[in-house]
Amino acid sequence: MNWGLMSEALYQLRGGVPKTLMLVSVSLALGFVVAVGLAQMRLSKNRALSALASGYVYIFRSTPLLVQIFLIYYGSGQFRPFLQDIGLWVFFREPYFCAILALMLNTGAYTSEIIRGGIQSVPFGEVEAGRAIGMSRFQLFRRVVFPQAIRQALPAYGNEVILMVKSSSLASTITILEVTGIAKKIIAATFQPVEVFIIAGGIYLTINFNVTLLIRRAERRLNPQFYRDRSARAAAKTEKPADALVH
Amino acid sequence: MDLSLLVWGDAGWSDEMLRGALMTLAVATAAYAFSILVGSLFAACKLSSWLILRLLADVYTTVVRGIPELLIIYLVFFGGGVLLRSVASGIFGFEGYIDPPLFVTGLVCIGVSAGAYNTEVIRGAVQAVPRGQIEAAKAIGMSTGQRFWRVLLPQTARYALPGLGNVWQLTLKETSLISVIGLVEIMRQAAVAAGSTKEPFTFYLVAAVLYLGLTSLSNQGFRRAEVWANRGVRYG
Repeated sequence: MNWGLMSEALYQLRGGVPKTLMLVSVSLALGFVVAVGLAQMRLSKNRALSALASGYVYIFRSTPLLVQIFLIYYGSGQFRPFLQDIGLWVFFREPYFCAILALMLNTGAYTSEIIRGGIQSVPFGEVEAGRAIGMSRFQLFRRVVFPQAIRQALPAYGNEVILMVKSSSLASTITILEVTGIAKKIIAATFQPVEVFIIAGGIYLTINFNVTLLIRRAERRLNPQFYRDRSARAAAKTEKPADALVH
Repeated sequence: MDLSLLVWGDAGWSDEMLRGALMTLAVATAAYAFSILVGSLFAACKLSSWLILRLLADVYTTVVRGIPELLIIYLVFFGGGVLLRSVASGIFGFEGYIDPPLFVTGLVCIGVSAGAYNTEVIRGAVQAVPRGQIEAAKAIGMSTGQRFWRVLLPQTARYALPGLGNVWQLTLKETSLISVIGLVEIMRQAAVAAGSTKEPFTFYLVAAVLYLGLTSLSNQGFRRAEVWANRGVRYG
């Protein structure tokens, strides 16, 4: 083991962490919006909307992310004059923009299926009850469907977040120097792949471990009834449960 | 888009792209077979009564599923090169530059990565076989081998099939990553064509369509296999 190289690699790779995190968080946030829209379309009564959404999901899930990234980043070059005319070239020539666009569209497709599963798990009687007391469609979604769908979908969404952390490494193929990009650069320069791999791999495992912890914490926060800790259970024994909580 | 670029033969790129698709299929199939082997082995470790084997398998699945495949490819490609060169100069006195064989590198990387997912699929499927059946098999005096071939394996295969189908689709898509080290499969061929014709969108679109075709066809195949495997199951 070359310890000097390892500490040098750690120093350099640490510089890529903010970029990896930025790629992941921005595309996850935007992808979530895409996903909620797609899930709504998918479950809509309008046949055309529903078919459009399932076609989108099918295409994005059946092709590699690398193709999607290259289509957007290199492929847009083919339409450069046109894109320049309409003023969009400034975006498409930026690798960051292209990477985030591809990651966002990709995670949108996967996440929409997760959300759809969550929405479909909400008992129909609750939706009917909401309608019966006169909630608008938006109120129904905001107050009844979405809060329950998100609880149901959270574990699967955690896996998707971890896949996105891994997927963000593909941004290195279009010149972005995030963790994997920097790792490749050091490996190609030093021909000491093992040392660099250990450090870079350790960084990814650390990120993913923290993602797992965050998701678990969110699950507890959203489903406190399943996760009463000892002190809460002790308190519950002595206190009478509030009437409002009793079903 | 200039569609005349896609004619068959020397003037167009269709035959090259199709050859790339065959290479993708070849490397995916080889990697998948390897991943089932690796997956079965580590699933056995996970179900073992030896703590050390269980720990080993847990480390394998956690690490491989938490690290980008691209990083694994760089490790095996560059690491393999360093190893080969030191063997070549140490034993044969050859002082040249050697790259590890691309196909084998790709097979190993994708196989190891998909193997981690297959480990969980196979472990789950083995655990889904009711214990009582194994006990019954023991009670009527089947040997370990007979229990495995007659009771455990047929049912494990059936339970594992949907998961194995997902991992196959994953494998197929992951082979695109091997293009970064230069194996001429769909992506690499598309990059070559895009570079020489200056029509990147056309060729990456062709690549996307080829992947779509491969995944759709194999999805059909797995669906049929599931119907066949469940032909004796009564529902309700």
